[in-house]
Amino acid sequence: MKQTLTSPSPVQDRGGPAQPLLVVRDLKKHFAVRGGPLERSKKFVHAVDGVSFSVPKGKTLGIVGESGCGKSTTARLIARLMAADSGSMVFDGEGVEEFGGIRLKEFRRNLQMVFQDSFASLNPRLTIAETIAYGPRVHGMPAAEAMRQAQALLARVGLEPAQFASRYPHELSGGQRQRVNIARALAFDPRLVILDEAVAALDKSVQAQVLNLLQELKAERQLTYLFISHDLHVVHYISDYVMVMYLGQVVETGPVERIYGQAAHPYTRALLSAVPSMDPDNRTQASPLAGDPPNPINPPSGCRFRDRCPHAHPVCAAKTPALIGLPGEPAHQAACHLNDPASGHPAALMEIQP
Amino acid sequence: MTTPLVSLQDLSVQFCGSRKASALNAVNLELGAGEVLALLGESGSGKSVTLRTLLRLHPERTTKIQGRMQVDGQDVLALKGRALDLYRGGTVSMVFQEPGLAFDPVYTIGQQITESIRAHAAIDEAAARAQALQMLERVQIPQAKRRFDAYPHELSGGMRQRAMIALALACQPKLLLADEPTTALDATVQIQILLLLRELQRETGMSVIFVTHDIGAAVEVADRIAVMYAGRVVEQGPVGEIVRRPRHPYTAGLLAATVGTENRGQPLLAVPGSPPDLAALPPGCSFAPRCAQASERCRREVPPLQTLGQQALACWHPILPLAEAA
Repeated sequence: MKQTLTSPSPVQDRGGPAQPLLVVRDLKKHFAVRGGPLERSKKFVHAVDGVSFSVPKGKTLGIVGESGCGKSTTARLIARLMAADSGSMVFDGEGVEEFGGIRLKEFRRNLQMVFQDSFASLNPRLTIAETIAYGPRVHGMPAAEAMRQAQALLARVGLEPAQFASRYPHELSGGQRQRVNIARALAFDPRLVILDEAVAALDKSVQAQVLNLLQELKAERQLTYLFISHDLHVVHYISDYVMVMYLGQVVETGPVERIYGQAAHPYTRALLSAVPSMDPDNRTQASPLAGDPPNPINPPSGCRFRDRCPHAHPVCAAKTPALIGLPGEPAHQAACHLNDPASGHPAALMEIQP
Repeated sequence: MTTPLVSLQDLSVQFCGSRKASALNAVNLELGAGEVLALLGESGSGKSVTLRTLLRLHPERTTKIQGRMQVDGQDVLALKGRALDLYRGGTVSMVFQEPGLAFDPVYTIGQQITESIRAHAAIDEAAARAQALQMLERVQIPQAKRRFDAYPHELSGGMRQRAMIALALACQPKLLLADEPTTALDATVQIQILLLLRELQRETGMSVIFVTHDIGAAVEVADRIAVMYAGRVVEQGPVGEIVRRPRHPYTAGLLAATVGTENRGQPLLAVPGSPPDLAALPPGCSFAPRCAQASERCRREVPPLQTLGQQALACWHPILPLAEAA
């Protein structure tokens, strides 16, 4: 189906299978806060503060963290919905918007996004087929062709075109609308899809349907997903790699079994044990963390988690822990002094009870 | 259970504004004193409508309520004027999903709690303030003295929900209604609120109806779970029974669709289709169009709710029949 398109054919694999599809280096975004007239210094929200990661081809990277940790801002920076303060990106071996690299227009065709609010992200005045055909038409596809493609995509995401194509967003249920959003994202034949809390607003039984659809589409079209969610169960289910964020920084990243099995950062362990147990005879007895996530304006010095960390030590305030690979598994990285024998933390690299 | 604190008999609620919708269809529920019941269901299943009906919060002109509703020996549907005011907040009070919207933004947290205490008891300002401050301490708000004079927007989400609970419990209600109190919160804060609710329930001995769509949260706090679908209770039973041996196909589908450690990488056993339109419910079992086991009878007749001991079930073809031996 895709070969018949008159728009430029999708970018083929250039860097080879070992080249990560997307490499992000030191992404930063600080938002200025409007202060009172008497405040001398300007305050900044450190929304994303030096985030680096890479997404291998055909894999799913899950990003988890509490609200305000910078997950969504990271997604928006990658999609260039807002400009980053600093940082660079490499898409399949080519620098994004760099000299000799991939152009922004081309990059955007390769990267699509699905948002949490399925209603707000659809134009209420376009029928859903028009919505799906809109993007390709802007990029130069003839209207009839774009419409035909939209119908095929609707059928693929499980919405009968004859029944649904001429409906408006308000005539659909939440799950159906999210399918439309997914179909729209696929209209460009992207290679990377960013799913920002894409299933969070759906009911459990519908959520499972959409997760199944996402898995099928990924296998069918060799997609790479960046899956952002606060639901740890869903991330565990869908991801190959997981990245845990806290206050605008990456605190731990690694293969999904390592993160869920042998988490190395105290925050990751706390986050995982905060999930309600499904066993009525074995209820959670104590909360793993006290208090709310701190304010991202003026974050604490050193390790940002130290105010809530049970293993905090003066060295945590003095030195910022670096994201380093763990012994034995370099792909599993954590930013905690406990995992660094050279950090000077008295409990470093000793067995810690979670 | 000798005399239940709450008893709903064949409660039906119909909204008849510009469009008609049957939100509740002959719901039967009983709740003993000191019991915690979780209402589990998807959006549109009638969980929140049940709570709002219990407080009579629906506009009377466009709502048709049928059936009987008794709380603490009072016929709630017959309450009027001052008696209704005392009932709301005094006997039954509610914690809402969005604490940011439930508080009045122009008064401090302390003022609002003090006001509700004075509305229900004849005590002077100073005593009420002291009581309000004590409530804030009881819900474990750090530096309660300082937060007392804080406006709602100055508190974080978790703190606001704690303040909301303090407000709801200020008049020592016998029944607390919690409408998805943790849905808007982060996982680490959610577990704190769940533990707090459980602890306060144990201390005060009040009954709680806890509405949620998250089975995990229900398991953490509830003694009993009632599963709702399209305005009907389809299954009811102790938490352990529901989670380990679901009888209704819908409950089983919900549990199977919950992603966990076991089913990584495999396709999920999702329930096909989507919830029915409440304005045009199918004539038979409302789950029949999505049910794999549906027969001709399911599409024709509504299955009655059968009760056996603690358990209840409304299904023509249950996965496990309702029997002691199962």
